[in-house]
Amino acid sequence: MRRLDRSMDYDWWLLGLSGLLALLGLLEIDSATRHSTLHGMVWKQLCWIALGVLLLWLLSRMDYELLLDRAPVLYGLMLAGLVTVLAMGHVRMGARRWVHIAGIPVQVSEFAKLAIIIVLARFLAGVRTDRLTVRDWAALLGLVGLPAGLILLQPDLGTALTLLPVALVGAFLAGWRWKHILVLVLCGGLAFPLAWHYVLRPYQKARLVSFLRPEEDPQGSGYQILQSQIAIGSGGLWGKGWGRGSQNQLGFVPVRYSDFILAALAEELGFMGVLLTLLLYAGILLRLIMNAQQAKDRAGMYMVAGVAAILGFHVFVNAAMVIGWMPVTGIPLPLLSYGGSATLFVFMALGLVMSVRLRRFVN
Amino acid sequence: MVYRLDEDQRLPQTRLAALTYAIVILTLLLLFGFWRLQILEGRHYAELAEKNRIRTISLIAPRGRILDREGRVLLDNTPSFTILLNRDNPDQLTCCLKEIAEGLGLDPAALQREVHEAAGLPRFQPIVIKTEASPADVAFVEAHRADLPALELLLVQRRRYPPAGILAHVLGYVGQVSPEDIARSQGRYRPGDVVGKAGIEREYNDILMGTDGSRRVVVDSRGRVRGTLGEVPAIPGHPIRLTIDLDLQMVAETELGDRAGAVVALNPQTGEVLAMASHPAFDPNLFTAGIRPEDWEQLTTDPGRPLLNRAIQAQLAPGSVFKIIMAAAMLESHAVPEDFRVFCPGSAVFYGHLFHCWEKGGHGLVDLHAAIVHSCDVYFYTVGRRLGIDRIAYFAHALGLGRKTGIDLPGEEPGLVPSPEWKQHVLHARWFPGETISVAIGQGATTVTPLQLAYSIGGIALGGVFHRPHLLADQPDQTVRFPLAPATVEQLTRAMYGVVNEGGTAAASRLEGIEFCGKTGSAQVVSGDARRRLNGQRFRDNAWFVGFAPRENPEIVVAVLVEGGEHGASAAAPIARELIRAYYEKKNGHRQQYTRLEWPPRPALAGSLN
Repeated sequence: MRRLDRSMDYDWWLLGLSGLLALLGLLEIDSATRHSTLHGMVWKQLCWIALGVLLLWLLSRMDYELLLDRAPVLYGLMLAGLVTVLAMGHVRMGARRWVHIAGIPVQVSEFAKLAIIIVLARFLAGVRTDRLTVRDWAALLGLVGLPAGLILLQPDLGTALTLLPVALVGAFLAGWRWKHILVLVLCGGLAFPLAWHYVLRPYQKARLVSFLRPEEDPQGSGYQILQSQIAIGSGGLWGKGWGRGSQNQLGFVPVRYSDFILAALAEELGFMGVLLTLLLYAGILLRLIMNAQQAKDRAGMYMVAGVAAILGFHVFVNAAMVIGWMPVTGIPLPLLSYGGSATLFVFMALGLVMSVRLRRFVN
Repeated sequence: MVYRLDEDQRLPQTRLAALTYAIVILTLLLLFGFWRLQILEGRHYAELAEKNRIRTISLIAPRGRILDREGRVLLDNTPSFTILLNRDNPDQLTCCLKEIAEGLGLDPAALQREVHEAAGLPRFQPIVIKTEASPADVAFVEAHRADLPALELLLVQRRRYPPAGILAHVLGYVGQVSPEDIARSQGRYRPGDVVGKAGIEREYNDILMGTDGSRRVVVDSRGRVRGTLGEVPAIPGHPIRLTIDLDLQMVAETELGDRAGAVVALNPQTGEVLAMASHPAFDPNLFTAGIRPEDWEQLTTDPGRPLLNRAIQAQLAPGSVFKIIMAAAMLESHAVPEDFRVFCPGSAVFYGHLFHCWEKGGHGLVDLHAAIVHSCDVYFYTVGRRLGIDRIAYFAHALGLGRKTGIDLPGEEPGLVPSPEWKQHVLHARWFPGETISVAIGQGATTVTPLQLAYSIGGIALGGVFHRPHLLADQPDQTVRFPLAPATVEQLTRAMYGVVNEGGTAAASRLEGIEFCGKTGSAQVVSGDARRRLNGQRFRDNAWFVGFAPRENPEIVVAVLVEGGEHGASAAAPIARELIRAYYEKKNGHRQQYTRLEWPPRPALAGSLN
C-alpha cells in the first residue's frame, strides 16, 4: 500500500517533460548523423538514456540525507577524480577531459557537478542566519573554486562555469542582499574595459570580436556562429522538415549533434519546434522550483535548486550561444545533446530531486 | 546529525518565487531571439543557406578536333589528370606531406611551401599540386585513397598535339585568354578561358572553341558535391578538316630533318596547302597545361627561333628563283626580244662595278632557255639593266611577290619588292642603278617567303592564275588573275623542265616518268636581320628550290628553303623531289603511308572517375 503511494508520488510531470525532450533529442541526433560517418549514434544515446533512467530510480530510492552525511567523502572523491583526469586522462580535441573506466570514456567533470550540488546543499543548510558573512562567502567560493579550477586546467571553460550558478543561486536563496547583487553587477560592467586592456590576450580578444561580428571573419571562429544563425534563420516558422535541413545535413552547422543541436532542430522544425523545446525546458525548470518550494528542509531545497541552477544555466547559455548572443563556450543542451556522461548527470540530478520529493512530508 | 545546526527549516519562498519569474523572463527573451532570426529575418537567412549549399560549376567544352584532308586525326583532346590537395582537414596534411611528395615525385620543401602559401585561401578550396599526372601518379593516388584522403584527382581535357613538333607551326597552340582579347571579344571570352594563341588554333578559334556549360550542384561544408540540381550541357567545339595531306607532311618533316628551313606544298589549281613544315619546330604540348616560364624563356631566346613559322614568316632573298620572274617580265613586257642572247665570260661590268656569274668559267653564248636551265647570272644582269627597276617591280608584284598571299594563318609576312619609290620613302635614299643588277638575280633588298614563291611559280605555271592558299578544306576559291601569254608560259615551263631534265642545275633530282620542273636558288644572306638569325652560319648561302609537276597544268608545287644549305641543287631540290615522288606514288595507287603519327601512350584512366 505504501509502495504504491510512493510510486504515485513521483513527479510525473517533470519526468514526462524530460522524456519528451529526450525523445526530441533522439530524433534530432538521428537526423543530424544518419547520413554521416557518425550514424548509429542515436542507439548509443538511447543506451545512455536507459542507463540514466536506472540510475534515476536508484537515487530516488536512496535517502538524500544519507548523501548529505557523506558530502565530505564525495568532495574528496571528486577532487581525486579530477586530479586523475589531469594526470592520466585522454586528450581529445586539445583537451584532457576523459578517463576510461572499463573501456568506456567518462567525463569526470559531469559527476563533479552532481557532487558540488550535494556539497553546497550541505554547506548552505548549515548557514544559520539569513545573511551570508564574509567567511561564508569565502568558504562557498573556495568549495566551488577548487574543482572549477581543476576543470579549467583541462581546459574546459564551459563546464567550469556551470559550477558557478549552483553557488550563486544557493547564495541568493541563503539571503544574498539585493544591494550587493546590484553592486556586483555594476562592478562587472566596470571591470570589463579594464580586463580588455590589461588582462585579455590578443587571441582571446579576437574570439570575442568574432563573436560580436561573425560576418567579418566567415572562415575563422565567427564561422560557427554565422552558420548556426543561418541554420536557425532559414528554418522559418515551420522548418524545412525532419532530416531535410541543408545546413544540418550538409555539415555547415558545427557539432550539430551536440552543442549546436538546437540550431539543427530550429532549422528542421522551425520556430514552432523551438517554441515547443523552450516551453518544455521552462516547464521542467518551473517544476523543479516547485519541488524546491515543497522540500522538507533547507538542505533538500538547496539540492533541488542546485539542480535547477545547473540545468537552467545550460539551457539559457546554450540557446543564447546558438543565436549568437553569447560566445561559443562548449556548453551542451541537457537531454537534447548527445553525450554519455552529460546524459547520466541529468538523470542522476533528477534522481536527487525525486529523492527529495518523495521525502517531502515530515514524519 | 552534525550539520543541522539551524532548526529553523522555513524556506525562502519569496526568493524561490523570484527564480520562477527569472525563468519565465529568460525563456521569453530567448524566444524573442529565435523569433527575430526565424520570422523577422528568415528570408535573408534562407538566401544565405541557399548560397551555402548551391555552387555553380562550369563545364569546360572540349575544343574541336583537327583532321587532315582524308579525315585522319591531326589534333585531338586527351583526358589528363590533375592532382589536387584538400586542406580542410589539417591532420591529414601535416602527417603525410612528405609521403605525398615522395609518391608523386615532388620536392617536399616546395610542397610544404605551397601549402603554407595557400593558408590564406578558404579551407574548402583545394590546391593544385601536379598537372599532367603520369599513370604512376594516378596509381599512387588510387592506391592511397584510404590512408591519404587529402589527395584528389581531377579529370580535364587537354589538347594533344602530334609529337616532335610535327605540324607545330600550322596547328599552333592554346593558352589562357589575355585581358586584351577579353576586352575585344564583346563578352564571348571570360577570364580563364583557353583560346588559340597561334596557327590554326587561333585562326579558327571561333569554330574550334565550344561553349562552356554549367552545372548547379549541392555541396557540403567541405565543398564536396552531394547532388545535382540542374545542368546546362557544354557544347563541344566543331571539328575542322584541313587541306594538309598527312602523308606528304610526314615526307616534308622527315626530309627537312634537323636542318633549319621550310617546305610548302600547294595545289596551284585550288590553293590548297598539302604540306607545310618549318624547322626547327617546338613542341606545342608544352603549352597545353600552361607553359612553364623556363620553357617559354628557352623558346623565345633560342637563336634558332623555333616559334617562327619560316614558311610564311621567313623573309629572305629568293636568289636565282627570281630569274623566273625576270624571264616572265622580259617576255611579257617585250622590252627585250625573246631571242635575246648574251655572251657570258664569267663576269661583266655594269655601271662601273664588276658583277660575277656563279660559273667562274662563264656559260658562253646563252639564250633565255639556256640562261634559266644553267642559271646564268650575266644573262639576267643584262636583262635587268634593259628592263629597269620599275618594270621588274611591277611584274614581281603582279606575279605574287611583295604582298601577302592571304593564307588563313595569323602572322604572314609580305616580303619586299624594292623600287626607287620604296627606297626614297623608307630609307630616304636615292636608288643606285647597280642595285637593279643585284635585284635581277634575286639579291639586294628583295625578300620573299617560301609560301610566296610556291604561290608565285605555281600561278605562273598555270598561265597567271593565282589561287589564294588556304589550309581549311572546302573553302570558296579566291583568285587573282594576271594573264600571261600562252607562249610565255610554254617557254618558262619548258626551261624549268630543262633545269631538272636537260642537265640543268637540278639534274640530279630527275624523276623517271614524271614531268618534274623547277628552279634552284642560292641566295646570299644580306639583310642584317637574317645575319643575326643565322648566327654562326652567316656566310653560308640559303638554298632554295621551287618545283612543280606536271609541266602543263601542274597539280602540285613545292617550295623548299634550307637556311645555310649553300646550294639549291644539292640541299633543297632533293626535298622537293621526294615530295613530288610521294605525291605521284599516292596518286598512282601505290598508296603508301610514309610515317605514321605515333603519340606517346595515353595516361591510364582510372575506372572510378567517369
